Amino acid sequence: MSLFALIAQETPQFLPQNIAFGVIAVISVVAALKMVTTSNVVHAALYLVLVLASVAATYILLAAEFVAATQILVYIGAVMVLMLFGVMLTRAQIGAEDDLNHDQRWIGGLVAALLLAVMSYALIDHYGDDRLPETIVPQTTAEVSDEIFSTYIVPFEAISVLLLAALIGAIVVARRD
Amino acid sequence: MSALLSVELAYWQSTPIRLIFALVAVLLPAGGAVYLYLFKMMSFMQSRLGPMEAGPYGSMQLLAEVGKWMQKEDIFPRKADKIVFALAPYVVLLSTFLLVLVVPFGPDAYFVDLDVGVFFALAVSSVSVIGILMAGWASANKYSLLGGLRAAGQLIAYELPMVLAVVGVVIQAGTLSMQGIVRAQAEGEIFGFGGLGNPYIITQFVGFAIFMIAVQAELSMTPFDMPIAESELVTGYLTEYSGMRFLLFFIGEFATANIFAFFASVLFLGGWTVPPFITDIFGIEYDDAIFNVLGPIVMLTKMLLVTFLVYWARFSYPRFREDQLQRFAWKILIPISLVNIFVTGVLKVVF
Repeated sequence: MSLFALIAQETPQFLPQNIAFGVIAVISVVAALKMVTTSNVVHAALYLVLVLASVAATYILLAAEFVAATQILVYIGAVMVLMLFGVMLTRAQIGAEDDLNHDQRWIGGLVAALLLAVMSYALIDHYGDDRLPETIVPQTTAEVSDEIFSTYIVPFEAISVLLLAALIGAIVVARRD
Repeated sequence: MSALLSVELAYWQSTPIRLIFALVAVLLPAGGAVYLYLFKMMSFMQSRLGPMEAGPYGSMQLLAEVGKWMQKEDIFPRKADKIVFALAPYVVLLSTFLLVLVVPFGPDAYFVDLDVGVFFALAVSSVSVIGILMAGWASANKYSLLGGLRAAGQLIAYELPMVLAVVGVVIQAGTLSMQGIVRAQAEGEIFGFGGLGNPYIITQFVGFAIFMIAVQAELSMTPFDMPIAESELVTGYLTEYSGMRFLLFFIGEFATANIFAFFASVLFLGGWTVPPFITDIFGIEYDDAIFNVLGPIVMLTKMLLVTFLVYWARFSYPRFREDQLQRFAWKILIPISLVNIFVTGVLKVVF
């Protein structure tokens, strides 16, 4: 209980959020580890769903509802469904598979550790000991859309054209006639 | 909810109350609609009486069925992936319960009024696909797997027209919040005449039609029931399920039908409000506490009207073929809904 007491002493108004964040973080990390260690492809995909869902939950804790809903709609509703669809169509074996571990997994782990180090350094370097404001105002969808269609209009349009190009490219690759 | 009781409740006190209300809001309309339409209306359309023995006019039949399902043996196929097989119905139910959270039933009678209400609803409605894919794969049965894959393809295809049909309403209301859309319809005017408000079924009729077709497909109701086509795939992803787990899928399917009907009422029929000329007669305002009691009744009435359409189509039309289903979504519904968005946007700027 000393950890709770410490959190309650430091920022009493965020105690529920801190507890919720702890639960979500544990789920997220455990699911991520299980995702790369499990010996069944479909189980790996389902653990990935859990990781992405806990990321969405973290966005809700950060009062970014629009981003959370987008995360669910795009990653869980579309990307993961497509991935499960593909896995089940090709190698939907029930039970453990032997040849899932790859020789290069240690290099993969090294890259992951490097990425973690760089991102941690960037975040700590930028924010340091900054505290959250006393009250957090949830960001409304209107603010998000105003930002996208004024400040970030050029990146938005660039991404739109890029996605359109990818879409047309997919159709060209898929059509044989 | 706490404002309804006019006392301040702590988070841990209001949560069980919300949970009970959510259970009521999911199960009560589902039971009512299943009895009224699935048991009775289908029977009358097929010139038979339907259940008559359990209770007056068979009204207790559903309770008897639930009792029967709960007694049944909990069967796992020998080669099934037991954990995924057991979890699948709960994922489908999770999507149902997340959906009901954003439905407003009155000025204070709502679970949560999210700023992104409609968008959240469309997002969580796609979670059920994961549950269906899990069920289809974990059953270790080729018919189940085919049913699950068909369901996933169908739900992805019809998600798009549904989202695009709602965009027209969002453009006209100027907000994503469910309460905001209800208010916009109640306070709207049609060419300066405000007596009816402006229910969007009038101005967005194309959107309403596309939304209802997409709902029919999302629920895998006939004529879109290829995932559980009994003459081709036994019962698709439900084949290996029995007893309690089948009951959970059953509740998930029919409760989601009602919740989508709630959404159609909110988006196109004015939600929990009644037309302003009626409130003028009785001299009440939309913010009055009486609407916390009237609102759920109005919503239930509108929901029953919309589900009537859903079940009417279900009992009347034969099943599509798989290629017809995909062609209908991608070549007809999506272009029409894109044109609808374009016209709505132009008219919104002009008027």
